[in-house]
Amino acid sequence: MIKLIIDKKTVEVEKGTTILQAAKNIGIHIPTLCYMNLGDLNIENKPGGCRVCVVEVDGRRNLAPACATDCAEGMVVHTHSIRVLNARKTVVQLILSDHPFDCLICAKSGNCELQDLAHKLGIREIPYQGEQSTYREDTSPAIIRDVDKCIMCRRCEVMCNEVQTVGVLSAINRGFQSVVAPAFEMNLDHSVCTYCGQCVNVCPTGALTEVDHTNQLINDLADPGKTVIVQTAPAVRAALGEEFGMEPGTLVTGKMAAALRELGFDYVFDTDFAADLTIMEEGTELLDRLSKHLNGDTNVHLPILTSCCPAWVKFFEHQFPEMKDIPSTARSPQQMFGAIAKTYFADKINVDRKKLVVVSIMPCVAKKYECSRDEFKVDGNPDVDYSISTRELANLIKQANIDFLGLEDADFDNPMGESTGASVIFGTTGGVIEAAVRTAYEVHTQKELPKVDFEELRGMEGIRSATIDFDGLPISIGIAHGLGNARKLLEDIKAGKSQYHAIEIMACPGGCIGGGGQPYIHGDTSILKARQKAIYQEDAQKTIRKSHENKYVQKLYEEFLGKPMSEKAHHLLHTHYFDRKKEVFID
Amino acid sequence: MSSIKVKLKEKDIAKIQEICKSFDNKPGDLINVLHKVQGEFGYLPAEVQEVVAENLNVSLAKIYGVVTFYSFFTMIPKGKHPVSICTGTACYVRGAEKVLEEFKKELGIKVGESTPDGKFSLTCLRCVGACGLAPVVQVGEKTYGRIAPDDVKNILAEYEDN
Repeated sequence: MIKLIIDKKTVEVEKGTTILQAAKNIGIHIPTLCYMNLGDLNIENKPGGCRVCVVEVDGRRNLAPACATDCAEGMVVHTHSIRVLNARKTVVQLILSDHPFDCLICAKSGNCELQDLAHKLGIREIPYQGEQSTYREDTSPAIIRDVDKCIMCRRCEVMCNEVQTVGVLSAINRGFQSVVAPAFEMNLDHSVCTYCGQCVNVCPTGALTEVDHTNQLINDLADPGKTVIVQTAPAVRAALGEEFGMEPGTLVTGKMAAALRELGFDYVFDTDFAADLTIMEEGTELLDRLSKHLNGDTNVHLPILTSCCPAWVKFFEHQFPEMKDIPSTARSPQQMFGAIAKTYFADKINVDRKKLVVVSIMPCVAKKYECSRDEFKVDGNPDVDYSISTRELANLIKQANIDFLGLEDADFDNPMGESTGASVIFGTTGGVIEAAVRTAYEVHTQKELPKVDFEELRGMEGIRSATIDFDGLPISIGIAHGLGNARKLLEDIKAGKSQYHAIEIMACPGGCIGGGGQPYIHGDTSILKARQKAIYQEDAQKTIRKSHENKYVQKLYEEFLGKPMSEKAHHLLHTHYFDRKKEVFID
Repeated sequence: MSSIKVKLKEKDIAKIQEICKSFDNKPGDLINVLHKVQGEFGYLPAEVQEVVAENLNVSLAKIYGVVTFYSFFTMIPKGKHPVSICTGTACYVRGAEKVLEEFKKELGIKVGESTPDGKFSLTCLRCVGACGLAPVVQVGEKTYGRIAPDDVKNILAEYEDN
């Protein structure tokens, strides 16, 4: 143990502890900017580049960056001496001298760490004037890069390269000319970007933001010639409340449905309904492949991989195209919802699909890209017209003067608002496969599950595995969240080392609860755990907790689809994948 | 972005693979690999970087980041007659900057670029060990000493026919 003094307080820490951490232990919060620590995910970014966290150490000539300086025995540290305060202010003033002054209209305003810092340090003038670095704006179907606002903290680079192993973003050029960009400065939509949005989640400024569809939605809602319907993903209800000051982990399902109705949607539906439908298709596909495999059919590929996450789909299309026949062909719940809404439901209410606007509320930015994919369009008309993030919905509710906290709980509309506990847990890592197991077990064994909770599939570990006993048949299951973990599992499959029957993969750490469109957590990963708890709580509260028992899903098969994997189901609810290895091009 | 589209031949790819292999395909040797590969091709076009990325298992963005960070690496092929102006201390104080300006004006290109006909390229270097001759200019293998801006036209004229 090492003993040192910080701001006249004695503190004892283990060797290798930084000054920043030691100070935090005794309640002193040294401001940081480039530093990022996503504790539970074991991710730390401390390039020591921004110099905002500098402190004075007795006997040391220069100020030291607290985030990257280890404590030493007998150290005497001052975190708010006049020298420190002046230096810190100068550092921020210099950063601001090369930053656009459009805070009032910036998409990140109110959530910007640079803005907060300037406010906290009481910056009232920027005495330095010089050249402004400028770079073109890059707009993709999901993410906007405006690197004029980039402060080179390199957090996005850590997420993109080390956590997600996608490898799109890197610092290029040097000195004043350096920017974070894809290879050859190509645009994001020409790169291998998966649109997972984890870079957006950690960007401290407005350099990386999502494409905003709010105005389009406002116009559609006001158009009397259009019927506008909405679906909300499971993870949204576990996080939306945070935007209104509620404790992380507060479920706001009823208030959310009420707010959506107030906004003027003609029908308020639930993506959870489509999640139950996904389980019917994916679960049947799993059992089909499994029984063929057990009967010795060598043409069938195992393990089956889940396919509900669009960032994960784009990831394997780019990085593992040779394995594109392994994932389930089932479309994601968002797309299943869209396909059913624009056929079955459109017929029911007698509205032409072109006059029916299907909007999704997603914890995700990749979903914006997913609904723009050509295979999910009929004569150019998309099954899901556009997707808005949890954050965008919160902003819209505020814009519409809706007192969210005062809303009475409301229910979803039917038929596509009915859902089970199995569909709610789609929102967290481990949830999709647990939902699939609940249904596949009962369909395969023809017996009722003694217990629907599969604790062995739950948790926050990046890669997990468990064996589930299907009445004498052991089914081996793998789970990965975060694309870096997915890559490890895929490489095992490729090397023939994997013995799994089924694998669930989610691109974002934590699954959809940690999605790129969720309220910003600003490094506090305990929020993800609270959201996860809320998801399981909603599942436990439901009377029906198995997808195949969803009455409206059963009715949909009776009236329209026939049975799972029928020809019609194939046409509407399944998809195919593309080899995108050679799609990346240099402009 | 200034990149020239090239189609790599099988033997070019094999050569890059061989260089990567000589460093055990270690990502940590990226700079050494790029150094050798540039030695082989004269420059590092995008297609070459792609092959290096695949072999070392390093993302293309990272490689492009390294290539654009170090001024030694270039994505532009050298001209037939590469012009290098020494901007080391001795040459600098004796007016290398003005000579450089004159070359830029005459050739119509910036430092690090090549003329559209591929005849000349322009780079700066630091000290060729001939400070007594400052300011010094090299064109290919030939060295010119005590150059004034007025000499630039004549030097270039020497290469007019080939």
